[in-house]
Amino acid sequence: MKEKRRSLLVRLAIWTWSWVITAAIATFGPQFIWNNHEGITALAIAVNLINGIAMIIANRRLFDHYDELERKLHLESMGLTLGLTVIVGLAYSMLDQTNLIASDAEIGILIGFMGVTYLITLLINRRRFL
Amino acid sequence: MRNRVRELRKQKGWTQEQLAEIIGVSRQTIHAIEKGKFDPSLPTAFKMSNLFKLPIEQFFFFEESDS
Repeated sequence: MKEKRRSLLVRLAIWTWSWVITAAIATFGPQFIWNNHEGITALAIAVNLINGIAMIIANRRLFDHYDELERKLHLESMGLTLGLTVIVGLAYSMLDQTNLIASDAEIGILIGFMGVTYLITLLINRRRFL
Repeated sequence: MRNRVRELRKQKGWTQEQLAEIIGVSRQTIHAIEKGKFDPSLPTAFKMSNLFKLPIEQFFFFEESDS
């Protein structure tokens, strides 16, 4: 059971890192590597998309391996993260539209918020049950 | 939900890790069940029932406050 878990975690880590790297290549490549060639840019984005799908499949396989308590912990954390992201995301967007913040609203900030929220809610849930 | 899982496990001489391995859950889940912080699913309760050779209602006790 533990070895299977480790193998699933390693696969998820590999796909996550490869997704991050392909996202970085697709973002900075057009300007710094291939001089805005549209075909290569489209290919880089497609590779990133395929990596993202593989990462989701790896995450799903790990989730299927979780037992009932682990699933409950993760599902509650995901639910809270989704709700908070919708509320905070809309408020952030309104701040941008009404020019109450100097810079443009960036999707990266919202993704960072999701990651931190998921981590915190997971830690809180673990303390509740364990 | 109150339960006698810890008592029955100790009668068998098993650690939480061993019971978890037999049932197919994590050690943390057994710990949470024993502490009454988490109510297991029906399949897990039936697996325990087969293991302890006792009907479920003899080691899990429903209380009005659980509903």
